[in-house]
Amino acid sequence: MKPKSEAELAELVRESSKPFEIIGTATKRAIGYSVHGTCLDLSGFNTVHAYEPEELILEVGAGALLTDIQKRLHKCHQYFAFEPPDYSALLGGAHSGTIGGMVACNLSGPRRLKAGALRDHILGVRGVSGRGENFKAGARVVKNVTGYDVPKLMAGSYGTLAALTSVIIKVLPKPETEETLFIAGLSDTEAVQAMSLAMQSSCEVSCAAHVPGQGTFLRLEGIAPSVAYRRDKLFQLVGERGEVIDKGSATFWRDIANVTPLQACKGDDIWKISVPPSDAPQVMAKLACDKHSYFDWAGGLIWLAVPQGTDGAVIRAALISGHATLLRSAKREAQHIFQPQPAALAALNSRVKQSFDPQHHFNPGRMERGH
Amino acid sequence: MLMPKPDGKTLVRRAEIVAALRQIVPGEGVIDTQREMQAYESDGLSAYRQMPMVVVLPATVEQVSAVLNYAHQNSIKVVPRGAGTSLSGGALPLEDGILLGMAKFNRVLDIDYDNRCVVAQPGVTNLGITMAVEHKGFYYAPDPSSQIACTIGGNVAENSGGVHCLKYGLTANNVLGIEMVLITGEVVRLGGKYLDSEHYDLLGVMTGSEGLLGVVTEVTVRILQKPETARAVLVGFPSNETAGQCVADIISAGIIPGGMEMMDRPAIHAVEQFVHADYPLNVEALLIVELDGPQVEVDQLIQRVAEIAKHNQSKTLRVSTSEAERLLFWAGRKAAFPAVGRISPDYMCMDGTIPRKTLPQVLAGMAKLSIQYGLGVANVFHAGDGNLHPLILFDANKRGELERAENFGADILRLCVKVGGVLTGEHGVGVEKRDLMPEMFTETDLDQQLRLKCAFDPQGLLNPGKVFPQLHACAEMGRMIVHGGKLAHPNIPRF
Repeated sequence: MKPKSEAELAELVRESSKPFEIIGTATKRAIGYSVHGTCLDLSGFNTVHAYEPEELILEVGAGALLTDIQKRLHKCHQYFAFEPPDYSALLGGAHSGTIGGMVACNLSGPRRLKAGALRDHILGVRGVSGRGENFKAGARVVKNVTGYDVPKLMAGSYGTLAALTSVIIKVLPKPETEETLFIAGLSDTEAVQAMSLAMQSSCEVSCAAHVPGQGTFLRLEGIAPSVAYRRDKLFQLVGERGEVIDKGSATFWRDIANVTPLQACKGDDIWKISVPPSDAPQVMAKLACDKHSYFDWAGGLIWLAVPQGTDGAVIRAALISGHATLLRSAKREAQHIFQPQPAALAALNSRVKQSFDPQHHFNPGRMERGH
Repeated sequence: MLMPKPDGKTLVRRAEIVAALRQIVPGEGVIDTQREMQAYESDGLSAYRQMPMVVVLPATVEQVSAVLNYAHQNSIKVVPRGAGTSLSGGALPLEDGILLGMAKFNRVLDIDYDNRCVVAQPGVTNLGITMAVEHKGFYYAPDPSSQIACTIGGNVAENSGGVHCLKYGLTANNVLGIEMVLITGEVVRLGGKYLDSEHYDLLGVMTGSEGLLGVVTEVTVRILQKPETARAVLVGFPSNETAGQCVADIISAGIIPGGMEMMDRPAIHAVEQFVHADYPLNVEALLIVELDGPQVEVDQLIQRVAEIAKHNQSKTLRVSTSEAERLLFWAGRKAAFPAVGRISPDYMCMDGTIPRKTLPQVLAGMAKLSIQYGLGVANVFHAGDGNLHPLILFDANKRGELERAENFGADILRLCVKVGGVLTGEHGVGVEKRDLMPEMFTETDLDQQLRLKCAFDPQGLLNPGKVFPQLHACAEMGRMIVHGGKLAHPNIPRF
C-alpha cells in the first residue's frame, strides 16, 4: 500500500486490523528482526517542504532519498553534521535509502563524536500513530523545549512507534577544508590513548578512528588557517610520528562511516558496539573468537566482524558497560539483535510502545521478538 | 492560575503521611512547619506561590525510591525540585503534594578525562561541574544565566540552554546518561559513558520533561576542552531589520558563532544606564557576536563578521582587543534582566523562539501590543537560534497590571506561534505557558504526549498541573482507541 496523503495514511491505519511493515525504499530491511505485515510504502511522501539555509532548517518528506537531499544541501554549502552513513554495501541495498529510514535507525557517522547523532539534529516530526491519528511534535526552529521531545524518541525507534510522513532536521554549514592526521603502528591500547589525548585537547578533532593494520586517524575540519594550526598542534601532542592525508580525507571517512574496512568479511556477522572509549581495547582483548574489527568515535564505537552464528551472549559478556547490536547476520533471528534490557527498563520501553501503537500495528517484532 | 483541585482525602491524612515519610527519611530530611516550608513556596517564577503539604529532602537513591513508591501506593502527588530557579513555575508546589527537594545530592561522583565526562549527583550546580574540571582546562558547555545556582538535575528536567547553545548545544546534546527513579520506585539507568541509546531514546524524552516523568538521581555529562581564545564584536544597527539581516548573513556565510546576542533600543538604554558598558545609544539594535577557537581562526572570522556587518549598514562596530573588553561587551547583556528590573518595579520575562527571518515582523507586532496594553517591553534575543526574551515592564502593586502583563505575554507567545515559532525555547512550559499549549498543538498532538506521560506515570502523580492544560486519567486515554470511526473525544474542562 502506498498512501499519497497523511489523511489517506491515517485512514489506512485506522481501518486495518492487521500489522504493517513500514518501508521507504526497503534498503534497511535487514536491520532488526524481520517483520511480517502488509507493506506500507511511504516513499510517496518525498516533498521538500522547506529548506531555509539561513535558518539552518530543512523540512522534508520521510520518503525523500537521502542522496537527493544531500545534493541539495551541498549546493548551499551545508550538510547533515551527523554524517549519515550509507550501509547499502554492508546490507545489500541499492542505495543509501530515505530520510525516514535514516531517522528510524538514528544513523550517524564518524562525526557523531563531535557533532552529535541524528537524534541531536532532529527538530520535528509529523506522522500517524498506531491509533491512526495524525500528530506532530517539534517545530521549524533550532531551539525549542515546548512539550516532550518526541522527535528524539522517533530517532532509532525503527518504525515501531509511528509512520513518519515528514521530519524537520537541523542543517549546518559545511567546513571549508579538512585534513586527516595519520599515525601508523599503534596497538589498540596505544591508539585509544592517542585518540583520547587528541580529544582532550583544544584541537577540535571531529573524528577519530583506529583501523588495525592501517593506522590511527584524526580528522580536522574548518577554515584552512585553523586546520593548519590545529594540525601542527596535534603533531606536537601525539609526537612527530604522524603524516597528513589531505586529498583523500573525505573519502577515507566515508569508508569508515560505511563500514568499508570490514567489506572483505563477507558472510560474517557484523556487530556495532557502543562502549566508553577507554574500554574498547579491553573488550577486544576479552573476545577470544576469530574476529576483524576497527574503532570509530575515538574507541567508543567498535565495528566487529565474527564468524556467522557467533553467540551474542559471549560478545555482550565482554562489555563492561554499553550495548551491542547485531547489524548484519544471515542467522540474526536466533539472537538478541538489540541489547537485552533490565526488566524495569524493558517494561518501560514496552509501555512507551503501547502509548503510540497499542495494537502493534507498526513493524511488530522489529526490535523485540513477539512485540 | 488554576491548579489541580487538592485532594481532600490526602489533606486529612497529612499527619500520617508526614510520619510515614519520617520513617523513610529520618531527622531534618522531612520539613512540615509552615515557617520552614516557606523557603519552598515558589521558584524563579515568584508571581506564583503555594505552600506544599510537606517537604522531603532525601539523601540517597534508596530514599528517593521509597518516597516515590510510598507516594505511588498512596496516590500522593510529588513535585520534584532542584535549586528552584525555574522561570516557568516548574517547581511550584501543590497544596496536597510532597515537595521532593534534591539539594542533598550535591556530590561530583566521577571525573573521567579519558572519556571526557563527569558523573554528578543531580543537586550539583551547573557551574559546579565546570569548577570541578576547569583546572585541567575543561568545562561543561550549556550555560544558562542561572548557572551559579541552578542544578544539573534541573537542567536535565528543563533541557536548559544558554548563550552558547547555538554552537555547543542544549543540555540534551551534552548529557550522556542518567539514573532515574520512576514513580513506582523502580530505578532505571539510561545511557552512560557511551553514546546512543540501547532501545528507545528515553534519555531524549526525559531531558526537558519538566519533572513529569521521573526523578533524576545521577547525571553523566560530556565535558569539553575550553577554546583557546574568544573575541567579540559589538555592532550597532540603524534598525532591527538590518541587525536581523546581519545575523542571517553571518550564518549563510557558514559561520556559527559561539554566541550571537541582540538587544533592542529599550534594552540597550536600560543596560547602559546600569552597567556603563559604553554601548552606543544612537542605534536601534545592538549585536554581540562572539567567535571562539584557535586565535588564527577567531581573527579571520571576526574580520568576516565585521565585513558582513558593514555590508548591513552597521552604524558602530567595535572588536574586543582584550579579554577585559570582551567581558565588558558581555557585562551589559548579562545584566540585562537586573537592568530592566531597575527601570521598572516588576518585569516578566517571556521565552518564545521564532524563525529568525520573522524578527522584524514580531518586534513590530510587539510594539503594537505594547501600546494596546499600555506596558513597556524591552527585548533581548539569542539571535543565532531565534530565541526571544521580551521583558514586559509592569508594577504588580498597581491593580490589574500583573494580569495585563500576563495577557500581553500570552499575546506575544501567540504571535511567536503564528509566525511558525514556539512557546518556549529554553525556560520550559511549567505553569506559565501551560494554558497556551493548544496554541501550538492540536488536541491529538497533546493527547499523544499525555499518553507518553502515562507510560511513565499512570496515576499522573508527578508534577501534575504543569505543562499540560488538561488532566486526563490514563485509563480514559486508553479508551480512545476507536476502530474505523471517529474518536469519541470527551470535552474535558480545563482546570
